[in-house]
Amino acid sequence: MNIVMALEMAADCHPDRFAVTSGATNLSYTQLLRAARTAAAAIRDSGCRYVGLLDINSPAAPIAVYAAAYAGVPYVPMNYRLTVPELGDLLARIEPAFLIADPAYVAPLKVPEGVRVMSREDFLALALGGGAQADAAPGEPSSVAVQLFTSGTTGAPKAAVLRHENLMSYILGTVDFAGADEADATLVAVPPYHIAGISAVLSSTYACRRMVQLPNFDGATWLRLCRDEAITNAFVVPTMLSRVMEHLEESGESGDLPAMKAIAYGGGKMPPQVIEKVMGLWPAVDFTNAYGLTETSSTICLLDPDDHRIAFGSDDPAIRRRLNSVGKPLATVEISIRGEDGRAMGAEDVGDVYVRGGQVSGEYLGVGSLLDAEGWFPTRDRGYLDSHGFLYLDGRADDVIVRGGENISPGEIEDVLRSHPAVSDVAVVAMPDEQWGEAVAAVVVPRNGQRVEPADLQDWVKQHLRSSRVPTAIRFREELPYNEMGKVLRRLLKEDFRSTPQAA
Amino acid sequence: MKTLKAGTRLKSAVCDTEVMVIRTRPAAMLLCCGGTEMIAMDGEKLGTVPDEAFAQGTLVGKRYVDEQDATELLCTKGGKGSLSIDGQALAVKQAKALPSSD
Repeated sequence: MNIVMALEMAADCHPDRFAVTSGATNLSYTQLLRAARTAAAAIRDSGCRYVGLLDINSPAAPIAVYAAAYAGVPYVPMNYRLTVPELGDLLARIEPAFLIADPAYVAPLKVPEGVRVMSREDFLALALGGGAQADAAPGEPSSVAVQLFTSGTTGAPKAAVLRHENLMSYILGTVDFAGADEADATLVAVPPYHIAGISAVLSSTYACRRMVQLPNFDGATWLRLCRDEAITNAFVVPTMLSRVMEHLEESGESGDLPAMKAIAYGGGKMPPQVIEKVMGLWPAVDFTNAYGLTETSSTICLLDPDDHRIAFGSDDPAIRRRLNSVGKPLATVEISIRGEDGRAMGAEDVGDVYVRGGQVSGEYLGVGSLLDAEGWFPTRDRGYLDSHGFLYLDGRADDVIVRGGENISPGEIEDVLRSHPAVSDVAVVAMPDEQWGEAVAAVVVPRNGQRVEPADLQDWVKQHLRSSRVPTAIRFREELPYNEMGKVLRRLLKEDFRSTPQAA
Repeated sequence: MKTLKAGTRLKSAVCDTEVMVIRTRPAAMLLCCGGTEMIAMDGEKLGTVPDEAFAQGTLVGKRYVDEQDATELLCTKGGKGSLSIDGQALAVKQAKALPSSD
C-alpha cells in the first residue's frame, strides 16, 4: 500500500488526461508519472533522507509528493510564511534533505550543510527531462509518506507523521477510482504544506480529476479561474468564500459560475451568514463541509450536499442549525465525545472529540503515538453530537475559558457578538483574573468604522447568554490576526490582555 | 495456498489483472484469478487463458470481498479473469458514493 498506486492506476486508465494545470502548463497523468519517477531517481541517488518543499503551489508539488514516495523518503512541505529562525530550525530537523524551493524563500536563510537546495525551475527541468527513472516504490505500507510540521501554539512545531497506509486508507475510503468525468476540474487554492493540499493531490489523482492550481488566493482571481478553466469542483477554507463574496459585493460583478458543480469547505469554522449567502447565490452547487485534521490524514466528518439543502430549506431550528454542523463521520471512521472522566457523553453534551480509524495517524516524530490502547485519538477539539449523529464543534480544548471552575467556550459568545449590527468580526479569549482565575475577554472589529461602547456590547451579551458569559474586558482592533488558512491567532490576542490586564 | 498480508500486491497468472490486499484474515487461502493461483508481481505468467468458470473479468478501481467480508482486494489493473478464494467467487463491494471533500 503506497500512494504511488493512485498515480500508477490513473496513468494506466487515463494516460493522456490532464492531471495538473498551472498557468499555461499542463501535465498529463503519463507525464506526471514519468516526472515523479525521474525526480525520484535523482533524489534516491542524492542519498537524502527527506524531500522538502519551500514554495507556493506549482507542478513541482504533486511531482514531489510522488517522487518522494518512489525514492522511499518522506515528503515535507513547509510553510514559506514562517520566520527566518523558524525555517532554519525546520531545515535542521530534516537534514540531509533534498529541498525544492523558490530561491527568494531560501536567500535569507542559513541553510544547513546537509540540505541540498534546488530551485523550482531546475527541479521541473530535471523531472521533465529524460533522465533515469525509479520504477518501483520501496518500503512498506507503514513507511512514512508525508511529514507535516503542525503550527504549535507553544514550543517548537511538532512533526506529524502520515504513513502510506493512513493516506491510502483515507483515499480508498472516500474516493471512487476514476470517478471524475473527462471535463471535471478542481481548483486547488490551499497551500501545499497544508494537509488539504496533500489530500487534494491524492484525491484528484485517484478520481482522475484535473487539478488547477491557484498559488496566491484572492477573490477576483478565484472567480476568474473558475470561469476560464471551467472549474467543476473547488475546496476552500471559509475565509476564502468570505473574500469571494466581498469581492462580488464591492465590484458588482456577476457571481455566475456556469460549470461549478460542487464546493467543499473546511479548515476552520464557517460563519453561518457566509454559508447561507453562498447557498443563496449558487443554488445549483453541491456544498460539503469537511472536518479533518493533519493527524487524521484529512477529512473524518462530512456534512453532505443533501444535509445542506435540508437544513437550508428548513424553518425548524433543530434542523436549520445543521448548517453549523460538520456532519457525520465517514463510514470508515468512528467519533466519540468524552467527558473529563473519559466516559462517553450523551447527545447534546459538550466534551472532547475522539476519533478512531485506519486513516488516523495521531503520531508525532520524537513524541510517538497519541492513540490510546483502543486506537482512539484525542483531537483536542471540543464538541457534541446531536440525537441524529451530527457533530457540532465548539472550539479547541486549549481555547476554553475556565472561569471559577466553569468551562466557557468562546464560540457561543463570539456568535452572539457577531450578530450585533455594529460588529464586523470578533474573537473571545481568556484573560487572567485574580478572583475567577480566568475571565472572558473580547476583541471586536467594528463594522465600517462605527462607534460602539463596550457597555452596549456587554448588555447585548447579557440579553442573550448567562451573566458569566459577559466579557469583562472588550478591546477594539481594525482587524483580527489570521493565519493564511483563516484561523484567528488567539495566542496573540491573549498576550495583549496579559500585558495590560486592566483595560476595559 | 498463501497467507496474505495487507498491502501485498499480486498479479494474475492468466490475464492482466493486478490486485492489492486491503485487509484479510491471518489464514492460508487459495487466491485465484481466472481459476489459477495469483502470483507475485515479478512472477512468470503461464501464458494460458482464464478458466471459463472464472472469466467474468475484473475492473480497475473496484473492490472485491469474500462472502464473510473478511478479505478485501483492490483491483489495481483490470483483466479477463475473475477473482476467487478457495473456489468461492469474490463479489464487487458496493460502496456508498461520497461527495468530493478535497
